[in-house]
Amino acid sequence: MNWVWANLDLIRDRTLDHLILSVPPIILSFVIALPLGWLANRYRLSRGVILTVSGLLYAIPSFPMFIVLPALVGTTLRSPLNLVIALTIYGVALMVRVVADGLASVDADVQRSAVAVGFSTWTNFWQVELPLSGPVLLAGLRVVAVSTVSLATVGAVIGAQSLGSLFTDGFQRGIQAEIITGIVATVLLALLLDGALVAVGRLALPWTRARKSVRAAARLRLPVEVTP
Amino acid sequence: MIEFRSVSKQFPDGTLAVDDFSLTIPSHRTTVLVGSSGSGKTTLLRMINRMVDPTAGTIEIDGVDIASLEPVKLRRSIGYVMQNSGLLPHRKVVDNVATVPLLRGVPRKTARADALAMLDTVGLDRGLADRYPSQLSGGQQQRVGVARGLAVNPNILLMDEPFGAVDPIVRAELQQELVRLQSELGKTVVFVTHDVDEAFLLGDQVVILEEGGRIAQIGSPTDILAHPANDFVASFIGADRGKRALHVERHDGREVLVDSDGRLAGVLVGDAAPGQVGVPR
Repeated sequence: MNWVWANLDLIRDRTLDHLILSVPPIILSFVIALPLGWLANRYRLSRGVILTVSGLLYAIPSFPMFIVLPALVGTTLRSPLNLVIALTIYGVALMVRVVADGLASVDADVQRSAVAVGFSTWTNFWQVELPLSGPVLLAGLRVVAVSTVSLATVGAVIGAQSLGSLFTDGFQRGIQAEIITGIVATVLLALLLDGALVAVGRLALPWTRARKSVRAAARLRLPVEVTP
Repeated sequence: MIEFRSVSKQFPDGTLAVDDFSLTIPSHRTTVLVGSSGSGKTTLLRMINRMVDPTAGTIEIDGVDIASLEPVKLRRSIGYVMQNSGLLPHRKVVDNVATVPLLRGVPRKTARADALAMLDTVGLDRGLADRYPSQLSGGQQQRVGVARGLAVNPNILLMDEPFGAVDPIVRAELQQELVRLQSELGKTVVFVTHDVDEAFLLGDQVVILEEGGRIAQIGSPTDILAHPANDFVASFIGADRGKRALHVERHDGREVLVDSDGRLAGVLVGDAAPGQVGVPR
């Protein structure tokens, strides 16, 4: 524990570095996966193509990706941007299928009635399909968040400072406490982001809780009191 | 007035759902399309707001060919109520009712205030306004569905088996409520059902459909019951059996009515005043 107290500043800096590396890919992968997932859900042909290609992206091993990316996008070999791009690619690979499945999970009756009362394709997507696929999207986003935080540690090997730097440095200098700190801090950060997403979900998807409370009340045979 | 002119609909899989269908639906009256499944009744209803486009023929609303209208705009001007309410589960009751006015650009505050007033119209407590649809009973959800259909004060209200999924007691209540509303509002209601009793209760004009949208008979409930056009209609409306086939029996000097199963239906109290039966509301 002495090592931890003596290096609080270092731990804080690496944690911030780690956040800066992992939060943008989480957001970017969601934003990029939305139109792709919509397209995949919309047409049978595009579904096969998009889901297969995005699934294959996840199969690319990370180290070759870090080496090939700078050549492809014109960054330097040690730029942190490489890591952000690579993590975004992995995130998109996971999220596209989630978005497609989430949109497909929206009740067909609700969709039909939305069209019947006059939602256009555009308003239907933003006001009906997207919010109603929220629970599925949130579940997918939580997986992406945790996997991104964990993958971001490999940045240390290609020169992007992160909590992973604590393992590499700890290995090189034989400081066991530093290695353990890196692992524990990574797990805590993943839990923190996961918790943040759950909190956002509670705010953004209030109706999902309303339904649960009705079911719980029905089970207990209690009248439902809903305060406005 | 809604006019179907030689309308046909063939689905991509080859099914001919509607074949050369012509019908005039008068304004400010309730027209009920009744038939068993496969009669094309729902397809016909969905053609009115262009959820389904005919493969042949034209449909006119007040003389305007609806094929020339933009579908989204057309739908926002027509009320639509469906089975299982079709409410948006992620929006509160009041926002569900305000849905179409908001789509048409009515300011949020006005739309919500109007929606609350509409809850009164359909007989719902304003206290339910902030609940989600899943927190309401089936009957309440259906009332919200009707309120949503009426929210833009449309001339036309399309109702696709709206009371099909609620229990018989609530259904009877909702039917009476619709009769009351219609007597106040006088909309052009097009109502689809497979339930003959419901059709006779609600319809000023009842259209009995056979397979492929073939019209077996059109008329007021009284016309149809008194003079079924053919055996199909007679058997479909049950004119030959059960509570519709009544006969008079004399019992201690009074005439009682008995149905075909031998159950007592009532007593005969004399002739109705002329015109009391079968007057359009």
